[in-house]
Amino acid sequence: MIWDNSFAISVFPLLLQGLWVTIEITLLGTLIAAVLGLVFAVLRRLAIPVLSPVVSFVVVFVRGTPLLVQAYCAFFVLPAYGISFDAFTTGAVVIGINYSAYMAEVYRSGIQGVPVGQWEAATALSLPGVRTWGRIVLPQALRTVVPMLGNYLIQMFKDSAVLSAITVVELMATAQAIGTSNFRYLEPLTMAAGLFLAISYPASRLVNRLERRYAPQH
Amino acid sequence: MRPSTESTPLSAGAVVGSSLATEPATELAAAPAASSGADPIIRFQNVSKNWGSNHVLKALNFDVAPGEKVSIIGPSGSGKTTILRILMTLETPSEGLVRVDGDMLWDVKPGEKVKETRQLRQTRRKIGMVFQQFNLFPHMTALENIIEAPIHVLGMDKAQARERAADLLNMVGLGKHMNHTPPQMSGGQQQRVAIARALAMRPKVLLFDEPTSALDPELIGEVLNVIRNLAHTTDMTMLMVTHEMRFAEEISDRVVMFDNGAAVESGPPAQIFKDPQQERTRTFLRAVLQH
Repeated sequence: MIWDNSFAISVFPLLLQGLWVTIEITLLGTLIAAVLGLVFAVLRRLAIPVLSPVVSFVVVFVRGTPLLVQAYCAFFVLPAYGISFDAFTTGAVVIGINYSAYMAEVYRSGIQGVPVGQWEAATALSLPGVRTWGRIVLPQALRTVVPMLGNYLIQMFKDSAVLSAITVVELMATAQAIGTSNFRYLEPLTMAAGLFLAISYPASRLVNRLERRYAPQH
Repeated sequence: MRPSTESTPLSAGAVVGSSLATEPATELAAAPAASSGADPIIRFQNVSKNWGSNHVLKALNFDVAPGEKVSIIGPSGSGKTTILRILMTLETPSEGLVRVDGDMLWDVKPGEKVKETRQLRQTRRKIGMVFQQFNLFPHMTALENIIEAPIHVLGMDKAQARERAADLLNMVGLGKHMNHTPPQMSGGQQQRVAIARALAMRPKVLLFDEPTSALDPELIGEVLNVIRNLAHTTDMTMLMVTHEMRFAEEISDRVVMFDNGAAVESGPPAQIFKDPQQERTRTFLRAVLQH
C-alpha cells in the first residue's frame, strides 16, 4: 500500500474534528478526575466511619478493573437500570472517574508530604478544619501535585482512544471509520497517531518544566 | 502603620499590652510574684501519658501561677515537651485532669477514648505555642502568617489585624520583613515571626518548646532577646522547655527539673542552679553546663 497524498488531505479535516472531540473529552475528564480525586483523598484522610472505607473500596475497585470494562458497563449495562447518557457524556464521566482513583493517590502523597508541624501550627492557632485544609495544607500539597496532574492529563488524552469502543466519535473512532468506509487504513491511522503525538509531546515537555517550577519548598 | 526602619525589639509590654483592647486593664499590671495564693492558671492533676509500655509522664501534679515564667529543664525523653504538647492539645493524656485558667482542658479516665470537645477548643484559644522548628506557613508572607488566625479565629477585621501584625513585627525587630516568606528569612527571623504569630492570638499562656534548639549559634541571641523582653514586660504566663540554662536562670521565676516522667525538683532559679537539692539535678546540671 502506497501513501496517497490527496486522500490524506481530503480526510484531514475529519480527523481534526475527531481530535477536537478527544481534546474536549480529555479536558472534561481531567476536570472530573481532579475534583473527584481530591474529594476522595480528603475523605480517606478524614477517616470518617463508613464513608471513608466506602471511598477506599471505590478507589480499589476502579483501579483494579480495566477502563474498557468500566466504559462498557456504563454504556451498555447501566441503561438497563434507567441510567443512560449519550456516548460523549458517558465517556467523559467514565474516564474521569477512572482517573480520579489514580489522582486520589497523587493527592494523598501530596497531603502526606506536608510536614506534621504545619498541622500542629494550625492547631496551636485554633484554625478551624476547613481553614486548615483550604489555606494551609492543600496549597502546599497541590504544589507537588501539579506536575503529576499534568502527566495524568497526557495519559488520559491517549487513553481516551479506548472510548471509541462505546461509539464516542473521537480521533481514533474517526480514523477507524474513515479506514472502514474507504478500505484505506494507512493514511487515517498514521495521521491519527501523528496528531496524538503532536499534542502529547509538547504537552509532556511543558509538564517537565512544571515539575522543575513546582519542586517542593521544604 | 508601615515603619521605615527595622526597630530593635523593645517594649514588648507596650505592643502586646496596648493592643489588647478587649482585655481588662488589670491584666496589664506587672507580672505577679511566683508564689502568691492566687488560683493557678495551669493545673495538672495526676496526668499520665503512656506510649505503649513507655511511661512518658507518671501521675504528674504541676501548677503554674498566673503570670509566672517557668522553665522546664531535664534530659531528653524526660517528658518535658509532652507537658507542652498536652497543653496545646497536640497530645492526649492517657489519664488525668488539666485545667487552664479555670476551664477544663482535659478530663481523661484511664482507657477512655477522648474526643475533641467544644470545651477543649474554647480553652485551647487561651494558649499559644512557639515550636522548635518554627512551623511557619512557608507559602505565606510573615504578615499573612500573623493575621491568618486573628481574622479567621478571633473574627478581627482585616485592617485591624494587619495593623496589629505590623506592630508585633516591629516589636520583634522585623518591621521591614512583613512581606517576606519564610524561605527568604533566616531561622532566627522565622522564629521571631513565629513568636509574633503566637502573640497575635493574645494567649494567656505562651508555651516555648526549645525555641532556639534548631538555630545556628549566632542566631540564638536575637530570639532570646525577644523572649526576655516578653518575660520582663508582659504579664503573660510563660512556660518554656529549654536547654539554655543561663537564659532560664535569668528570666524564670521558677525552674522545674524533670526526669523520667516526673518533676524531680522545683524552685527559684538561684536555688536550682546554685544549690540543687536533688542528686539527679546536680548530675544533669554538671553534664549540661560543662560543654
